[in-house]
Amino acid sequence: MAVSIYLPAILAPLADDERVIEIAVLGFQDTVGSAVRSLTERYPGLAPRLVDERGDQYPFVAIYLNDEDIRFVGGFDTAVRDGDELSIVPAVAGG
Amino acid sequence: MTTIPSVLPNDAPVRIVRAPEPLPLYCTRCAADVGASAQALCSTCLGPLQPQYDTARPLPSRRELRSRARSIWRYSEWLPFRGAPVLAQQVGFTPLLEAPQLAHELGVARVWVKNDAVSFPSLSFKDRVVATALNAAQAFGLTTVGCASTGNLANAVAAAAAAAGLPAWIFIPADLEVAKVVGTSVYGPHLVRVRGTYDDVNRLCAQLADRFDWGIVNVNLRAYYGEGSKTMGFEIVDQLDWRFPSAVIAPMAGGSLVTKLHKAFSEFAAAGLAHGSVPRIYGAQASGCAPIVRFVQSNARAVTPERPQTIVRSLAIGNPADAPTARDAILGTNGWAHAVDDQDVAIGIRRLAEATGIFTETAGGVTVAAAYALAQQGRLTPDDEVVLCITGNGLKTIDAAAQGISEAPEIPARLSAVEALVAATV
Repeated sequence: MAVSIYLPAILAPLADDERVIEIAVLGFQDTVGSAVRSLTERYPGLAPRLVDERGDQYPFVAIYLNDEDIRFVGGFDTAVRDGDELSIVPAVAGG
Repeated sequence: MTTIPSVLPNDAPVRIVRAPEPLPLYCTRCAADVGASAQALCSTCLGPLQPQYDTARPLPSRRELRSRARSIWRYSEWLPFRGAPVLAQQVGFTPLLEAPQLAHELGVARVWVKNDAVSFPSLSFKDRVVATALNAAQAFGLTTVGCASTGNLANAVAAAAAAAGLPAWIFIPADLEVAKVVGTSVYGPHLVRVRGTYDDVNRLCAQLADRFDWGIVNVNLRAYYGEGSKTMGFEIVDQLDWRFPSAVIAPMAGGSLVTKLHKAFSEFAAAGLAHGSVPRIYGAQASGCAPIVRFVQSNARAVTPERPQTIVRSLAIGNPADAPTARDAILGTNGWAHAVDDQDVAIGIRRLAEATGIFTETAGGVTVAAAYALAQQGRLTPDDEVVLCITGNGLKTIDAAAQGISEAPEIPARLSAVEALVAATV
């Protein structure tokens, strides 16, 4: 029972150069926020690059739950299930 | 019949030429110094990087600037390189056309149209940003280039890459207007249609920049790419004989153009090259995708992304990367932002065509319609001198312009038939 979190290359040095990290989930009451919290407990250096000082999503990253930008579906409160994929992508691109 | 060799996609061998030296970068958020590099984000805080110009560099006089070739490279001291460009040397210097009829209708002193609908080579302002990005790609030894695009950038990258002999990977939303698809594929790039919105395409390209050693112009080359937009502002001041207009109205997609227009005007003011105050900046979007307009009009801490629902595909970016700097440029100059309904876009396109002889795409229709709305709101005043930034060509979005246009009469090839038509118009 786990979700996979995909990191961009620029953040991998903060996670022992891992690009894909499995985070265990219970199958209920798990959210994007709890998965991110588990990730940052394992790799504390990632915390300020994923969560801002107010506990909101850090403005220079976008987080996708199975290709959906979490800001469209409930942000950190969005439920996650076994097998879900969370992709973290730098936000400043395009245009 | 002559046989013309066809190599599609364009994977022809790359020509080796000596590239200009890109300037080092710095982080606009944490001020970290970063060397010249094909990365657009600070590895410390993920903030956007910008080129670092030497504040002690010698700057040219107006006379010296005027003696140079009429292209974006005339302003090379404000572009992110040392040395001459090796690619896209002929981009820029589009016409600035006075439009007295529009001035009368808007109730302002004067109006000019900055006409990037005739930009060389691909008929949009994106030729400017691709010119700087491809020179950076060349300097960094990136022999394949690419982009995420709503259409105009696809055209511009494909054209410039073909001219440079560079393979290109270009990603667009699958349902883009046919003219923008054909206007890209004709140059022979690897054109890929992605199911989803531009924002889905953009996310994919951000991930591709990690995976492939490509110069994706609006991802890893973005710090150099964006500076090309400043040349529209430099040209406006140059063409107005070294003075500022009082207001500039420009379309917004990701928010980079209004940001860079403001930067250009500020740089020319700092250099003492232009008279007067930096103009008020007004940004325009389609109401079906107006995250920056709503951000400007609110006190929100962060932009709220939107799912685009508009015919204005070239502005359909629901998650605009430059929203914070666009808002700063607009509010910092006492400007404003306005969203235009789709039904007013075609009216804006036709009004510009009838009043100036310029045929623009949907983004231009948004800009013109926004100008009328801003005038009605009293945000433009009788002493204003206004520049409308027209960023793309109407031949790319024929279907949108066709709305509301009556069908031309079809007649037999007889004099009497024309006489009847003429009589009916008297």
